[in-house]
Amino acid sequence: MNQWFAHTFPNVIYQGWGGDTGWWTAIVQTLYMTFWSAIFGGLLGLIFGIGLIITAPNGIAPSKTWFWIFDKIVSFFRALPFIILLAAIAPVTKIIVGTQIGTTAALVPLSLGVFPFYARQVQVALSEVSGGIVEAAQSVGASFWDIVFGVYLREGRSELVRVSTVTLISLIGLTAMAGAIGAGGLGNMAISYGYNRFATDTTLVATLLVLILVLVVQVIGDILVKQLNHK
Amino acid sequence: MTEEPIIKLDNINVTFHQKKRTITAVNNVTVHVNRGDVYGIVGYSGAGKSTLVRVINLLQEPTSGSVIVNNETFFQATDENAKKTIIGGNDLRDRRRKIGMIFQHFNLLNERTVTENVAFALQHSPLKEDEKKAKVAELLELVDLSDRADQFPAQLSGGQKQRVAIARALANDPEILISDEATSALDPKTTNQILALLKKLNQEFGLTIVLITHEMQAVKEIANKVSVMQDGEIIESGSLLEIFAQPKEQLTREFIETATNIDKAIETISHEALVHNLKDNEVFARLSYVGDTTDEPLIAGLFRDFNVTANILYGNIEILQETPVGSLLVILSGETSQLQAALGTLRDHHVTVELIKGGQSL
Ligand SMILES: Nc1ncnc2c1ncn2[C@@H]1O[C@H](COP(=O)(O)OP(=O)(O)O)[C@@H](O)[C@H]1O
Ligand SMILES: [Mg+2]
Repeated sequence: MNQWFAHTFPNVIYQGWGGDTGWWTAIVQTLYMTFWSAIFGGLLGLIFGIGLIITAPNGIAPSKTWFWIFDKIVSFFRALPFIILLAAIAPVTKIIVGTQIGTTAALVPLSLGVFPFYARQVQVALSEVSGGIVEAAQSVGASFWDIVFGVYLREGRSELVRVSTVTLISLIGLTAMAGAIGAGGLGNMAISYGYNRFATDTTLVATLLVLILVLVVQVIGDILVKQLNHK
Repeated sequence: MTEEPIIKLDNINVTFHQKKRTITAVNNVTVHVNRGDVYGIVGYSGAGKSTLVRVINLLQEPTSGSVIVNNETFFQATDENAKKTIIGGNDLRDRRRKIGMIFQHFNLLNERTVTENVAFALQHSPLKEDEKKAKVAELLELVDLSDRADQFPAQLSGGQKQRVAIARALANDPEILISDEATSALDPKTTNQILALLKKLNQEFGLTIVLITHEMQAVKEIANKVSVMQDGEIIESGSLLEIFAQPKEQLTREFIETATNIDKAIETISHEALVHNLKDNEVFARLSYVGDTTDEPLIAGLFRDFNVTANILYGNIEILQETPVGSLLVILSGETSQLQAALGTLRDHHVTVELIKGGQSL
C-alpha cells in the first residue's frame, strides 16, 4: 500500500508533512487565513449589511445619507477583482500588518475582499425578516437595539448561517489566490508546487483537500440551518 | 359624568411623498374613542384605515393634526410646516407598551416559542424575572394556550397564532387594543372565537378596542360605534345601531348588506314568479325596523285595520347591542288607498319602507 502510494504520488511525498513546503503547513495556513479573514471580513460585512437594512427607506432608522455611504462602499469593493485588490491594497497592508507578504499580510485583502460579498448576503438575508414583525416589536415598545439583535439577527439567524456558509466557501476560494502574495496554503500548493512543476499528483491532492474543507463547511452549515430554522 | 375620550385624533392628515406624486392616505380625520368603546373602523382596502390607527401609537407620524391619548399629547402640529410637538425616545416606547396591537398576519417572532413571544413584550417591564414568568403563564391561560407554551408559531393554527399575538399585546396591561384586520386571515369559526375573546376582554377588563376591518360582520358582532372610511376620509360615523338602522352613505349600505345578505335575497326573490308577475294592486317592499317594533304584531294589524295582506318572502332579524334589527321582504296587496294608509302606519311605527317594485301610484 505504502509502496503503491509512494509510486503513484511521488511529488506529494516529496513535499513532506511539516516544514515550509509541507502539507500540514499548507493546511494550517489555509485554515488560518480562512478563519481570521472570516472573523474580520465577516464582522465588517455584518455591520455593513445591518447598516444597509436599518437605514433603508423602510428600515427602522431611515437615512438617505448613511444608506448611500454603506451602499457605495460595498459596491466599490465588490466591483474590484480580488487579484487587483491584492496588489492595490499592499501599502495599506504594510501599515496595518507591517509587511506586504505572507499569510498574515493576506488577511487584509482577504477581509476586504470578502466583506462586500458578505454585506450583500446579510442584506438579502435580513430583508427576509418581515416588516410586520418589526412593527409588532415596535408596538410593544422595543428599542432600536432590541430590534437589531432581538428581531433582525434572531429572526434572520438561520438565513444568516446559510449565507455565512456560502461566504465561507467562496472565502476558501479566495485564500487560494492569496498564494500570489506568498501567503501559502493549499491553493498555493496546488499551483506553485503542483501545476507549475507539472506535479499533477500534488495538484490533485491539494484540490481534494480543499474540496474536503468545502464539504465539511457545507455539511456543518446545512445542519445548523436546519436546526435553527423554525419557520 | 362626561369623561375625556381615551383616544382623541383631531384633524389628522397623513400624506406620503413618493417620487412624483403625493398620496393623501388620511385626510383631515377626527375620531374620538371613549374608554370602554369597541370602535369599529370599516372600509375597503386602501381606504387609509391602517395608516390612521398607526397614528395612535405613532408607528406612523401624522403630517398634521393632534393625537391625544389618555389626556397626554403624543403629537400636535397645525400643518406640515408648523412647529410640531411629538413625544419620542423612551417616553414613546413607554406609551406604546400601554397600547396593544394585533395584526392580520399575526406578526409573531418565528424563531421564538409562544412563551418567548409573549415575554419579548416584557423585556423592559419593571417586573422581576419570576414575576414575568408568572405574567406570561397568566396571559397564556387567559388566551387558552397554556399547553402550547413551548411550541413555535409554525406549529400553531391561525387562530392560535392570533391568540399568542393577543397575549403579547396585553403583556404590559394596556388600556387600549388596536386590532388591524385581526380576523381577516381566519376562517369564520375562528373569527368568531377571536371576536368573542376580544369582547370578553372589553367587558371583563374594560379594554378599549379599536377594530379595523373590511368585514362588517366582525363589527356587527362586537362594536358599539362605527366609522366608515373611504379614500382617506371618514364618511359616516355613529353608534352601531344608528349605522345599521339608518345608513346615510351608499358605501355604508353596501357594507351593511354584505353583513346581512339582504341584497342577495332581493336579487333572488326578484326573479321569482310572485314578484316577476306582480299585480297592479301589489307592491314588493322592504321593511326595516330597529328595536321594539318587532314585538308588535304590525303585520297582523295591516290586515285587521286596512285589509292589506302581507306575504313575507324573506326575513332577517339580528340582535345588535341587545337590540333587534330586522329586515323583511314582503309583497303587500290591497286597495291603493288602503295600501297608502298601511304604509303610513308602518312609517309611524318607525319602520323604514323601501318600495322595490310596483306601487307607482303610491
Ligand atoms: N408607507 C407608505 N408609503 C406610501 N404610501 C403608503 C404608505 N402606507 C400606506 N400608503 C398608501 O396609503 C393608502 C392607505 O393605505 P392603508 O392605510 O394601508 O389602507 P387600508 O389599511 O385601509 O387598506 C394606500 O393608497 C397606500 O398605498
Ligand atoms: Mg390595512
